[in-house]
Amino acid sequence: MTAGTTHGAVVFPFLTLLIVIPAVTALAVAAMPRALGERGQRIAVEAVGTAGSLATLALAIVVAVRFRLHDGGYQMVSRHQWAPSLGVSWHLGIDGISLFLVLLAAVLFPLALLGGRVRRDPRSYVMWLLLLEAGCIGSFVALDLILFFVFFEVTLVPVYFIIAGWGFARRSQAAIKFFVYTFLGSALLLVGIVAVAVVHQRQTGTLTFDLGVLQHTHLGLATQILLFLAFTAAFAVKAPIFPFHTWSPDAYAESPTAGVVVLSAVMAKLGTYGIVRFDLSLFPRAVVDLAPLFLTLGVIGILYGAIVACVQRDLKRLMAYSSLAHIGFIVLGTFALTTQALTGGVLQMVNHGLVTAALFLLIGWIHQRRRSWQTSELRGLQRPAPMMAAAFTVAMMASIGLPGLNGFVSELLILLGTFLTHRWWAVVATTGVVLAALYLLWAYQQAFHGTPRPDAAATRDLTWSEGAVIVPLVALIVFLGVYPKPVLDRITPTVDQLVTHVEQATGTRQPRVATVGSSSASPARTSSPARTSSPARTSSPARTASPARTSSPARTSSTGRMP
Amino acid sequence: MLHAAYLLPLLPLAGFVALAVIGRRLGDPWAGWIGTAAVAASFVVACIVYAGLLQRSGQGRVFTQVLFSWIPVGGLHVDAALLVDPLSMTMVLFVTGISTLIHLYSIGYMRGDEDYPKFFLYLNLFVASMLLLVLGNNLVFTFVGWEGVGACSYWLISFWFGRESAASAGKKAFIYNRIGDVGFLLAIFLVFSKTGTVVYRGPHGIFAHLSAFGPGARTAVCLLLFLAAAGKSAQFPLFPWLADAMEGPTPVSALIHAATMVTAGVYLMCRINPLLSLSHPAQVVVATVGAVTAFIAATIGCAQDDIKKVLAYSTISQLGYMFLAVGTGAYEAAIFLMVAHAFFKGLLFLGAGSVIHGSHDEQDLKRMGNLRRYMKLTFVTFGVAWLAIAGIPPLSGFWAKGDVLTNAFARFPALWAIGLLTAALTAYYMSRLMALAFYGDDRWRAAVGDRRHAGDPHESPWVMALPLVVLAVLAAAGGLLSLPWHPASVDPLRWLGPVFGSNLYTPRQAASTKWVLSIVDAVVAVAGLAVALRWWVRRPDHPALEPVALQRSWYLDDVFDAAIGRPGHAVARFAAEVVDRVVIDGAVMGVARLTRSAGAGLRKVQTGYVRQYAVGIVFGMVALLVYMAARAGVVH
Amino acid sequence: MSVDPKFYLALSFALFSIGAVGLLVRRNVLVMFMCVELMLNAANLAFVTFARKLNDVGGQSMVFFVLVVAAAEVVVGLGIVVAIFRRRRGATADDFHLMKG
Repeated sequence: MTAGTTHGAVVFPFLTLLIVIPAVTALAVAAMPRALGERGQRIAVEAVGTAGSLATLALAIVVAVRFRLHDGGYQMVSRHQWAPSLGVSWHLGIDGISLFLVLLAAVLFPLALLGGRVRRDPRSYVMWLLLLEAGCIGSFVALDLILFFVFFEVTLVPVYFIIAGWGFARRSQAAIKFFVYTFLGSALLLVGIVAVAVVHQRQTGTLTFDLGVLQHTHLGLATQILLFLAFTAAFAVKAPIFPFHTWSPDAYAESPTAGVVVLSAVMAKLGTYGIVRFDLSLFPRAVVDLAPLFLTLGVIGILYGAIVACVQRDLKRLMAYSSLAHIGFIVLGTFALTTQALTGGVLQMVNHGLVTAALFLLIGWIHQRRRSWQTSELRGLQRPAPMMAAAFTVAMMASIGLPGLNGFVSELLILLGTFLTHRWWAVVATTGVVLAALYLLWAYQQAFHGTPRPDAAATRDLTWSEGAVIVPLVALIVFLGVYPKPVLDRITPTVDQLVTHVEQATGTRQPRVATVGSSSASPARTSSPARTSSPARTSSPARTASPARTSSPARTSSTGRMP
Repeated sequence: MLHAAYLLPLLPLAGFVALAVIGRRLGDPWAGWIGTAAVAASFVVACIVYAGLLQRSGQGRVFTQVLFSWIPVGGLHVDAALLVDPLSMTMVLFVTGISTLIHLYSIGYMRGDEDYPKFFLYLNLFVASMLLLVLGNNLVFTFVGWEGVGACSYWLISFWFGRESAASAGKKAFIYNRIGDVGFLLAIFLVFSKTGTVVYRGPHGIFAHLSAFGPGARTAVCLLLFLAAAGKSAQFPLFPWLADAMEGPTPVSALIHAATMVTAGVYLMCRINPLLSLSHPAQVVVATVGAVTAFIAATIGCAQDDIKKVLAYSTISQLGYMFLAVGTGAYEAAIFLMVAHAFFKGLLFLGAGSVIHGSHDEQDLKRMGNLRRYMKLTFVTFGVAWLAIAGIPPLSGFWAKGDVLTNAFARFPALWAIGLLTAALTAYYMSRLMALAFYGDDRWRAAVGDRRHAGDPHESPWVMALPLVVLAVLAAAGGLLSLPWHPASVDPLRWLGPVFGSNLYTPRQAASTKWVLSIVDAVVAVAGLAVALRWWVRRPDHPALEPVALQRSWYLDDVFDAAIGRPGHAVARFAAEVVDRVVIDGAVMGVARLTRSAGAGLRKVQTGYVRQYAVGIVFGMVALLVYMAARAGVVH
Repeated sequence: MSVDPKFYLALSFALFSIGAVGLLVRRNVLVMFMCVELMLNAANLAFVTFARKLNDVGGQSMVFFVLVVAAAEVVVGLGIVVAIFRRRRGATADDFHLMKG
């Protein structure tokens, strides 16, 4: 084992610990003796589980604090040989794109644990959740394709058992549908991973699954497109992107609260993260070539998800379709290939995670009290439960995209960035903001407004422990809406690098306004060094007055290579 | 002094936070006083900042305060920054001033309400958002306030959420606003893609890059922003929500749906005047929509029985006038009418609230009558506002409306004609309201007889009366803001000059033309007034004058429902039940079913009889042998 | 003196065919086992023949594998047969279609 890093110095293995802590805690929970008695075991299990996930959160915060600004590359890299003959290594690293997803996972798992406690067999439940946390964080920091795949697959098992074990009436069907659906995608992903490595081995003679090395493999356009589709199949199912979404309403509806929180808020991001991390790095030409297709799918997702959500009578299903719409925004941001859109897309992953987590937790608590998700059966909750209504309102408004809350920032960036390169897609997608208000306000009116039925008049408001879970989420939702700069400053350099990578590989260019704005002359307002060092960009003297003209659809054609 | 600008939105925001934390403990009426104090403090700050601005002169009256960098990504720099200039300060002054009065009024009006603290919480948040809207130095930050006031409007309209109609009305208002917001967002994108900035003024501002816009883009930006303005300011065809918004408590109607929020659209169009002035088509559209809205809403106002609905349609109509002015290029006239309207319409709503409060929550004009005997102060103040809005000289409405019409006469004579007709209608429906509510017989006696708290209508407490008096004075004297003949040096509104500069339309008209137009205005107003009083004081019902089409606001809601609502619902149902469940899920599940049926077919092969397996093996072996033999044969 | 390998192969073929036909037509499990043994040994004979003919020891070593596997197979198979006979006496192979799909 060689404990080296890219910088040569031995660093404290933060990222490895981020995976190890929840995994070890899971084992500790699993080993909890039965002798404690049912009550004792429950307390011990929940205490240990919470402590483990909180320790992970603390470590993740340390990672975030130590994260260097203005550095688009991987940080805190730890690389060890794992199976050298197969070219597989334990290669972890974190950059602006993964940092906040790791934080998101680290924040949401303890909250899900505390907010979605179960009656039956808490030991296995907590164990599965912690294993899932290890898998999710591992996927976000893995820089080796096989390692990523292992973590990606590891997440499936806990989710399957959580849905099948603690779900609702039709849980086993939903669990199987989810498992088979995602597993099919994964099979294609594995084929794709191996194919990339094999092509690379033919070209250079070394077998490796290291992302940093593989992204310099020369792939023909046809190969790129095939492999891109193989990778994206797995990610599209996981996200889910229209039309691969039909598992999600069932899985969301049948999952227990913690399961659905994690599934929608964290695991869905594995899909979109995979696209950003792997598709954009490995297959830039395919991405540019197929961008119109995927932008269209994203736009369809936004509109379709919202339209279908309008007629859902079940809050959880409504949220599933709402998620489809929000994931559509992420897809749009990813494939628009401008700094703003991609930054917005990454931010939207975080924002959507926070917002859906809050909403699903609240919906779970409503179900605990009223035994129903049917909007028609929940009337007038605001009167007996004003705090719950307030928390729901904040999360709902964030989901609608009210400025001042987090959803707006990311949606604005995505739509604005998309508008620069793919104007009409952005125009159509923008109408989605009306629809979001339509279904969410309708659902809110049904559930919270009106006069409560006699039996609902005494519905309990948020308890202290529930408040302790929801308040951090609401605080984050507000904070990221009011002051997103710390987050944006860390995401943007990485996104810049990624966009530059795609541009150099394909010869396309994002419009100048996206990088320099109106004031290229003012030194304070020039873009990051990585950006201006690109020869293609410094060639034209100042901001041209016609940036929009360069953003004609012809830009998306990969044939237009720069000399 | 100017550096205190950040306190303007911060103080109401602090009030909001304070009420959110301890509001419920404070309760009635202390929560109300806290809320009022926060807004009043903001008004004081506004006066200080105003004084600071007056110390500078002409073009120097611009001050930008950057609070923090909000969204910096690549070339996009959105700062949380305030722009203090004559235009925004005019807005700030009247917004904070009227807000303070209406907060004060609400202390009395909302007394005893279950959610008393929450009401002031929302009101404070509204004022903070409104101030962000007018002070924002870039489109995106303005949009923050824009959406903030929309959300507060939603919460406040559905404040009495136990009523189904209130909940629906709030939702409706928000969604109509969202339709406009699509325009706002697209305008932001288009502006950024052309200029690389979203800031209004300054060397890196939009207005410094006007050459980056082609003629099409100019018109597109203006029309997109006008879509947003039409949503927020309830212009045709996006106005039905404002009538429903009357479900909210009356102070809300006065503050949000008459004086401040609904004028945000007018403010926005004034803010982008350099762009709007370059696009003649956009100006024509704005002016036409404004005039048409003014007329349609006025006709509807003639047939409403609910006192607040009459006022709501009147508001829509007056907003139409403002857009007519904006489209004409007479931005100062628009602002003038906006301020004057805030005074008299705020007063009308507060008066209506007083009437409703005093007559035990009765809103139907047909069940009022002769209230002047019981509510003297309300009657007098309401009467001032009535004469002002009707355009009777020398009250503020006469001057403001006259200003609009004079400009329209010079630029768009046809629209001027519509505007003049509307002026007559305005005088008519307001006088009808007056006649039904304050004159005639005590019809409320018959209606009230069966109620529990039956009693004579009574006057309201002093916290409600004081704002009425103050607003009455302002509504009467507001005309002083912009009298046509006084010299530029003492004209308070002339200080808007630097904001509009040469974009301001100044008709070349002889003084005699102005006199004639003014006289025509006055005559028309008096005619409308006289006719209405003659018809309505004696007899409260004239079915011929209240056709169903007008009562149902030209069936616009039904048209929307038939054209968008129902087909939309059908499409959604189709998408959910057919496309999602049958087509997409069906395809996926179809694959699953195919696999299953294939397995079911193959399963029959597994009979469990060893002999049959053995036969299979033998046949397989034979086939293999034959194949190998054939291959060998081919190779040879 | 050496016998022509043809005869060995013919014998092997004959034994194999007898075994195969027997497996197909008989119902008695024990007899079927014997038939399988016949077939295996026919294969063994062919292996040995070729090993000798081609002078390659591989064929002979293969026979040992086959013998060992055959012995193991008989042990397992007879164990199953005995277990089944205990539960229902005198059963033929056709009675054991419990593995029907």
